[in-house]
Amino acid sequence: MSMGAEHQITAGFMPLFDSAVLVAASELGFAAREGIDLTLHRETSWANIRDRIAIGHFHLAHMLGPMPLACNLGLTPLASETIVPFSLGLGGNCVTISNAVWAGMAAHGAEPDLDPARAGAALGALIRESAAAGRDPLRFAVVHPHSGHNYELRYWLAACGIDPTREIEIVIVPPPFMADALATGRIDGYCVGEPWNSAAVAAGTGHIVTVKAQIWRNSPEKVIGVRKVWAEQSPDALAALLRALHHSARWCQDPANHGELAAVMAQPGFLGLPPAVQMPILTGHLQLGGGAALDIDDFFLPFDKAANFPWKSHALWFYTQMVRWGHVEHTPGNLTIARDCYRPDLYRSALKPLGVALPGANSKVEGALRVATAVGATGAGLVLGPDGFFDGQIFDPDEIEGYIAGQKSARAQP
Amino acid sequence: MVRTALAVLVIDENRIRAAIIEAGLREAGHERVTVIHDVTGIARRIAEIEPDVIVIDLENPNRDMLENMFQLSRAVKRPIAMFVDRSDQASIEAAVDAGVSAYVVDGLRQERVKPILDMAVSRFNAFSRMACELEEARSELESRKVIDRAKGILMKSRGLSEEAAYTLLRKTAMNQNRKIGDIAQSLVTAAGLLGPAEDE
Repeated sequence: MSMGAEHQITAGFMPLFDSAVLVAASELGFAAREGIDLTLHRETSWANIRDRIAIGHFHLAHMLGPMPLACNLGLTPLASETIVPFSLGLGGNCVTISNAVWAGMAAHGAEPDLDPARAGAALGALIRESAAAGRDPLRFAVVHPHSGHNYELRYWLAACGIDPTREIEIVIVPPPFMADALATGRIDGYCVGEPWNSAAVAAGTGHIVTVKAQIWRNSPEKVIGVRKVWAEQSPDALAALLRALHHSARWCQDPANHGELAAVMAQPGFLGLPPAVQMPILTGHLQLGGGAALDIDDFFLPFDKAANFPWKSHALWFYTQMVRWGHVEHTPGNLTIARDCYRPDLYRSALKPLGVALPGANSKVEGALRVATAVGATGAGLVLGPDGFFDGQIFDPDEIEGYIAGQKSARAQP
Repeated sequence: MVRTALAVLVIDENRIRAAIIEAGLREAGHERVTVIHDVTGIARRIAEIEPDVIVIDLENPNRDMLENMFQLSRAVKRPIAMFVDRSDQASIEAAVDAGVSAYVVDGLRQERVKPILDMAVSRFNAFSRMACELEEARSELESRKVIDRAKGILMKSRGLSEEAAYTLLRKTAMNQNRKIGDIAQSLVTAAGLLGPAEDE
């Protein structure tokens, strides 16, 4: 409670680890230092977050990257125009499967190495074997239809020759229920953020077979979605908040602070889980199940590699996947809506006074950087990438028509 | 007034609140009301019930799953949309404020559904007030228990009568401009720290 704070901001979040930058901004004083009295509300569903933003209870919220696009494209029952001036991090998700599916995949050559191509080939062989034997298709769960989880799971499967619309079933399950649904056999696998993958591994009921950081390295996940009306009325408050989030994200990235961050997130009002459960996402050291463990590069980045920059190319890639899976029709109007949703201009203007490294462009060719690369930027040096898709595909936002046409033809024929 | 009776499905993990909503619906003449507390196997239930209106509490973490199911409408023969007349901002706000949301099958006329939503909103609000009063009563009871323990400590350690012990607590509270329950709590805590344990 800062008496007489210059800006009053109310924000919603879901109890997931990638709300950390927002939570730390409130709990460690980064918001207060920018003159903001930041009030956080924990929610129980993305639908609630959407509704409360729409009716103005919240000025902004922790959101799934594609969610603001879905709102602006009219795909949700209730919506207000939502913009994205800040990204809450890159990576952080895994694909976890049941022990039974893992045994089946292992028989088809899967290794505990998280290699998406190898795991996908084994899963494909298992799926065809099951289909030939007349068994029900495998059921996978994601957290929301308009989520990075849904799109990266489908991307991975499709690139491995599995049609996610016909050869498996995809259902929606809230993150905290995933491990339990897997253990009781209601689902066979899922794609979700941490700590809900490590939870299944720790319980001995699941195996992590691949991770977001390997399907598409340094790829977008959660964002700050802002009510556009409020952003236009309160540009100073928004800029102050973006600076607070920037300082918070830098603090969250620093390994020296990981213990304290895990302790903050462990509080019942935030994640409410023991600090130890949060260490895999912070360290990238994951137990995969069956005693295997791996250190994953760039598993989750809350700050490094320009993790907070709201790249228009990220939004546009989500848009191509919405088109691909029939969530939205590709029209010039919809493309414009998708292009206008993420707002690097607001990020840049808010952070300019800090003299920090800022990307010079609003978009980049996704998948073009095979190694970490210093890029031209204002301010101090900025390192991006590697940002490759596991199948070697490139997404050039200037060639969006070709990309959409190409992925349509890559889909299994009905 | 009644054409075909509307089938209403109430999804609420809170059994007391669900019962209150159900009672309200029945009082309003709705005969076909089903209450579900647990969403396991809900697709099949929805296919059986074929609800015209679905009322769900906003605390329910399964809203995302349900909305997705409504949109896919393979499980639910008829498409179901959220109850939104986008022009009716006041209704939407009242519902979200009360903590409830409603979904209706496509094509159902607004005026047939609105009384159901209004009823749900008012019952949700009544429930919140009730829960609030219950909490107040509970803390009142707690505070009375603490005062009794504080009186006991004073009676024992200072050889006071029960009435004198209470008077001393009340006077101290007045002098310090604090609640008598707070003074009693401080005394109990202090006695526990300094004690030979008075209890346990």
